[in-house]
Amino acid sequence: MAKELWKGNEAIAEAAIKAGCKYFFGYPITPQNEIPEYMALKLPQEGGCFLQAESEVAAINMVYGAAGAGARVMTSSSSPGISLKQEGISYIAGAELPCVIVNIVRGGPGLGSIQPAQSDYFQATKGGGHGDYRMIVLAPASVQEAVDLVQEAFDIADQYRNPVMVMGDGMIGQMMEPVEFVEIPKRQLPEKDWATTGLRGRKEHNVINSLYIEASQCDKHNEDLFAKYAKMEETEIRCEEYNLEGAEIVFAAYGTVARIVKNAIKSLEKEGIKAGLIRPITLWPFPKANFLKAADMPNVKAFLSVEMSMGQMVEDVELSVKGKKPVYFYGKAGGAIPTPKAIVEEAKKILGGAK
Amino acid sequence: MAIVFQKTKGLTEKQTHYCPGCTHGIIHRLVAESLEELGLLDKAIGVAPVGCSVFAYDYFSCDMQEASHGRAPACATGIKRVHPDSAVFTYQGDGDLASIGAAEIVHAAMRGEKFTTIFVNNAIYGMTGGQMAPTTLIGQKATTAPLGRDENHAGMPLRVSEMLATIPKAVFVERVSVHDVPNIMKAKKAIKKAFEIQMKGLGFGIVEVLSTCSTNWGKTPVEALKWLKENMIPYYPIQNFRNPEEVK
Ligand SMILES: Cc1ncc(C[n+]2csc(CCOP(=O)(O)OP(=O)(O)O)c2C)c(N)n1
Ligand code: SF4
Ligand SMILES: [Mg+2]
Repeated sequence: MAKELWKGNEAIAEAAIKAGCKYFFGYPITPQNEIPEYMALKLPQEGGCFLQAESEVAAINMVYGAAGAGARVMTSSSSPGISLKQEGISYIAGAELPCVIVNIVRGGPGLGSIQPAQSDYFQATKGGGHGDYRMIVLAPASVQEAVDLVQEAFDIADQYRNPVMVMGDGMIGQMMEPVEFVEIPKRQLPEKDWATTGLRGRKEHNVINSLYIEASQCDKHNEDLFAKYAKMEETEIRCEEYNLEGAEIVFAAYGTVARIVKNAIKSLEKEGIKAGLIRPITLWPFPKANFLKAADMPNVKAFLSVEMSMGQMVEDVELSVKGKKPVYFYGKAGGAIPTPKAIVEEAKKILGGAK
Repeated sequence: MAIVFQKTKGLTEKQTHYCPGCTHGIIHRLVAESLEELGLLDKAIGVAPVGCSVFAYDYFSCDMQEASHGRAPACATGIKRVHPDSAVFTYQGDGDLASIGAAEIVHAAMRGEKFTTIFVNNAIYGMTGGQMAPTTLIGQKATTAPLGRDENHAGMPLRVSEMLATIPKAVFVERVSVHDVPNIMKAKKAIKKAFEIQMKGLGFGIVEVLSTCSTNWGKTPVEALKWLKENMIPYYPIQNFRNPEEVK
């Protein structure tokens, strides 16, 4: 198939349909409205169902019901709406239900702004809802990557019976880029023999539940969940390394910021400064080993995390680097975007100090 | 010898955790018997609430989901949209349905979701230890209304059936009680009818069941039945509010 020009949000919706998503429950919020709008038009044509819920709270609980009933299901929202979904996400993780949640992040806190941001990193990766749980968080840096990751997200969710979040900053949702829909290799997936379909001849009833009233049983449930999360950490980490060889400074950036950083790296190169980039594609599980390896490279003097936030991923970079090299932060929040020029200056300032 | 009574296959062997004399148990039986008699056990999917009936998923023998507090109607919406030929029901208390989940029940009714809600109104938060519910009567004592509910402070008790009956797609709305045998039999009829209407695809149906909570009302089970009759029914009249014939 030839490349076509697609708006990020619509491409995400189309990718979900191509991945076999049949149900979508959502509530309007900028800057992700094109996702539900596309689904409202296209899902019925595919024999699926789009429903506009009365709130994000209702939407995520519809997702819970449909996922528990065995369907491929998705919801999307933006930051304030994702906050409202957190209780539901915790229940989905606790009941081990597969689903895909898209967050097209906007500036916060509160009503914040409707411009692109990355300030929901903590909420997405550290468990925005209550209890101990983990969720795979995929962070595309282009519309093409969003399309590829959304398709795989459904398989990952089904494989582990776990919610998967695709987190794009507002830019990913709103910009238009050339896209090619290539079929992602399908994973070998387990039967959904746990789903509540009605007995239909089955002897034992299926129960979708996250309540374990006995402390010892709830403890065991947590242990089992964490054995599963350990498997995810072993096999699902994705990361792009760029220009690390001989780099004096290594940037950490994800999503569209990583593309801005690549421009900054080119400018630095012109000034005779070698810089590299580690771009986490999975924000959880975090590519700790990649950072640790870079920290052990003698040429690397420092790390600089660049984010559209006041500094969130930088904490994971610090944890990964284990104090071997200094870690710095530069960010813009609330919908403002770091410019290549500002990033270059920040890097030069750090290297001046690190010499 | 003929069998005159037998435990329904709609309930599991699990012993319930309800307080002695609690009418939740009777209501479970009525729902399970209705499903069995209508031949729906094989395609029923129930949704348990957060409240005293939170373990309903262990007691009903059909497939079950446990929803978060108040969200059973949203959860049931997701289920029914995936399996439109199944018999889907929510079983919810008055705190669950009329307080935290008020939006979800109203909008499920508005959309005419084709599932059945069993709404257990005991005018109190049973599970958390007797706090005031939106349905607590004026003057009724609760742990968070220690002097009794004052309408100038906490407003008037919500009449859920009357409210939902104003929604065009809530095609079956009936309030029943389980404080004595004739009423239990009437309650069963209403529950059965609600499931029949669901299977005919006519729209949303709800049966509000007036129920006791002797433990948190501070009464013996027998006193509680009497209190229900004398105090709840005058404010919450036993009545059919909507019938599909009416909407035709
Ligand atoms: C989000 C949330 N808020 C509060 C609670 C605590 N809680 C558990 S049950 C309950 C009230 C249940 O009352 P009702 O629905 O009337 O059921 P009953 O126990 O009377 O049958 C509350 C407030 C909870 N589990 N989740
Ligand atoms: S607390 Fe009340 S509602 Fe709950 S089981 Fe006991 S009597 Fe029933
Ligand atoms: Mg109650």
